[in-house]
Amino acid sequence: MTEIVITGIGATTPLGGDLASTWAGMLAGKSGVSRITEEWAEELPVKIAASVAVDPSEVIERVKARRLDRSTQLALIAAQEAWTDAGFDWDAEEQDGVDSQRLIVSLASGIGGLHSLLNNWDVQRDKGYRRVSPFTIPMLMANAPAANVGLQVHAKAGVHTPVSACASSNEAIALALDQLRLGRAEMAVVGGTEATIHPLPLAAFGQMQALSRRNDEPERASRPWDVDRDGFVMGEGSAILIIETLEHAKARGAKIYGTLAGAGITADSHDIVQPDPSGEGQFGAMKKAIADSGLQASDIKHVNAHGTSTPQGDVTEAGSIRYGLGKAVDGCVVTSTKSMTGHLLGGAGALETVASVLALRDRMVPPTINLENQEPDLGIDIAANVARPLPSGDLAAVNNSFGFGGANVAVVVTNANITE
Amino acid sequence: MATTEEIRSQLAELVNDVAGVPVDEVQLDKSFVEDLDVDSLAMVEIIVGCEEKFGVTIPDEESKNLKTVGDAVAYIEAHS
Repeated sequence: MTEIVITGIGATTPLGGDLASTWAGMLAGKSGVSRITEEWAEELPVKIAASVAVDPSEVIERVKARRLDRSTQLALIAAQEAWTDAGFDWDAEEQDGVDSQRLIVSLASGIGGLHSLLNNWDVQRDKGYRRVSPFTIPMLMANAPAANVGLQVHAKAGVHTPVSACASSNEAIALALDQLRLGRAEMAVVGGTEATIHPLPLAAFGQMQALSRRNDEPERASRPWDVDRDGFVMGEGSAILIIETLEHAKARGAKIYGTLAGAGITADSHDIVQPDPSGEGQFGAMKKAIADSGLQASDIKHVNAHGTSTPQGDVTEAGSIRYGLGKAVDGCVVTSTKSMTGHLLGGAGALETVASVLALRDRMVPPTINLENQEPDLGIDIAANVARPLPSGDLAAVNNSFGFGGANVAVVVTNANITE
Repeated sequence: MATTEEIRSQLAELVNDVAGVPVDEVQLDKSFVEDLDVDSLAMVEIIVGCEEKFGVTIPDEESKNLKTVGDAVAYIEAHS
């Protein structure tokens, strides 16, 4: 099968405005969660979130920004860093190594241009329809981030936006992997973005009892697998990867981070929001991803868990990881970087795939912070509170993402093509 | 009553805000689309911005005739 490698990465997250600061923050166990300072949060039961460390208004020029939803602005910032990191010019019409007819974008958002939708409704309700921005639709549509990145890099082989709630960007990565393996493209810009820190989703997720209400200690609120966890913390941001066929990467002498080795997708068909407590769909996705990679469970040395810090979800996933890996779970270091970044919803899979790739590159698993009293009998080895080294040799990791609607997508990455 | 130059100057600020065109380029003889590179959606924003800024009403069938900065300024002068 055609081997697919990762050759560029970019991110803008609650931990930093670029990849380097994000990754340094993760390894250091830094929390990106803070109190929401806007007045509207005062009346809400949930007053905390993980906002991006660098506001996009500091990066994207004002006139351009007013036509782009915040989610698209974040995606463009991360995509520019990834594209440049892969050795390309962000502003070039044409360039060596890029065949537009063989380039795709597969970039997801779980919810879409929420700020654009709701802000324009506020305007229409308060001032009348004439004041609604004519850019509202191209700003709020779910494929706006992918389409805008596609316009910038001149992708002509397809621009895709799979939507599966919090599994969306892992699904975007899986979709692109398939497109490249099928020979429909030779290179892809993949990832996810989300920007939903707004009173409505905070109220709505809050009404589901899904969000942490540890308002007085925001940095300690996201605590996967800790007995005192009380829900997830909403995060925002974007992470983007450039992937290409090994042949294409070699031909242009690209720097290679590792391989995107495989993906596995299942659906619970159990409940619209609750994961199937048997974990069948979750470990099924992991097993499919490992098989798709041509690897054995014993090759998996690291799992970046979905681990959102919800009371039930974390326990279910621990069981799924045990079933997914079988005996090999003993040699595998598990973490949830959501303990630091909060939950980027449709951006989570991409950011955590990035974290998995870098953990293998640096042989260092970022910690799960705030794990003070671990839930008993989980049967998984968690990198609690401090980063954990990985062994020498070939490494593979699984990144899990699960979404409302019962979507489960696991992605496998390896460091196999790194020359040391 | 605002002078022609005052209206042009305020319109220039609006065009700059919406489309990023430098204010000194927004002169009476300039065409929004051909000279200032204002696209059709940005033009809608400029028209609505004019209504807000100058207290005029510009119906959709009228807005099609406002091809130059001078057309817009003349319309505003006549209707405000």
